[in-house]
Amino acid sequence: MDSHTLAAQTADTGHVEDEHAPFLRHHFESVPQQREAATFGMWLFLTTEIMFFGGLFCSYLIFRNWYYPAFVAGSHTLHIWAGTLNTTVLIVSSFTMAMAVHAAETRVRRALMGWMIATLILGCGFLCVKAYEWHDEWVDHHVPGLNFGPESFLHGTKAYPDDKLPLDVAEKTQLYFSLYFLMTGMHALHMIIGVSLLTILLIQVRGGKYVNGHVAPIENFGLYWHFVDIVWIFLFPLLYLISRHQ
Amino acid sequence: MAELKHHDEPTHHEHHIVSPGVYLAICATLLVLTATTTAVSYVDLGEYNTVVALAIACTKMTLVVLFFMHIKYSSKLTKLTVAAGFFTFIVLIMMTMTDYISRAWGRW
Repeated sequence: MDSHTLAAQTADTGHVEDEHAPFLRHHFESVPQQREAATFGMWLFLTTEIMFFGGLFCSYLIFRNWYYPAFVAGSHTLHIWAGTLNTTVLIVSSFTMAMAVHAAETRVRRALMGWMIATLILGCGFLCVKAYEWHDEWVDHHVPGLNFGPESFLHGTKAYPDDKLPLDVAEKTQLYFSLYFLMTGMHALHMIIGVSLLTILLIQVRGGKYVNGHVAPIENFGLYWHFVDIVWIFLFPLLYLISRHQ
Repeated sequence: MAELKHHDEPTHHEHHIVSPGVYLAICATLLVLTATTTAVSYVDLGEYNTVVALAIACTKMTLVVLFFMHIKYSSKLTKLTVAAGFFTFIVLIMMTMTDYISRAWGRW
């Protein structure tokens, strides 16, 4: 078989190319098998992540029922606009990441880089809004252990004049804020890890990787990114929305 | 021959590339649901505020898992892995809640 026939066959079916793909590890029979194994492994990891965040959600559920008035008053201090903005930013970033996987599948390097950069920018945008909110909470003395004062819950606020809690209940808002910082903090840590991994992948794509049919690393990163999006999809209503009228 | 063997394998799964149109439609739906859940939170529904917010969040999660994470087009092995993960999670939550609800029975 001369090189011409080989090239034609490659363009036609992709089979000759795939059987000898440089990224095919020797212990796999074919590229699809290798990819299936990678997807399986990634989902097993994400299952452990479900359990990790699940524990946090579970304790939020229990403590919210135990110290209900304190959790409601704590939730009233968050900015709904910031939560909505961040949800929007993350959903759009999930879309751009899905498009990046599509670009890797169709092997278009410029599109892949463009969608990855868009995802990177949106991820950083999310972290900026989150940092702004955390700064606000620091200024308002709502950070348990480091900078906390129950004063703002004793006399009612402008938006919620009825939030006049007795001192012992006002102290319990620390539980709400502890869980708030733990949950949004662990989520932000996942975002920071995501943004770092995305930067590394982007440099590798710039060097010519992942547009030769080796989609698994991009696809698995996409799964991670969408998972972090899902965590926020639940954090947003639980922390910001459900206590608004209570 | 090799081709035939490949397709006969029980684990064989035809790979599917999701089209950008589908991604765009899902993204638009997710944004509409986000606007809805924020808007509904301004309406006083009593305890149903929580129910509606969580129902919308579950719908959004399902859309992300099925389409952005390709589970609708994945192999049975992957589908089963995801289902097993959620099932185990729900079992753990239920067990914990059962304990907390019944521990102080009659004292609250």
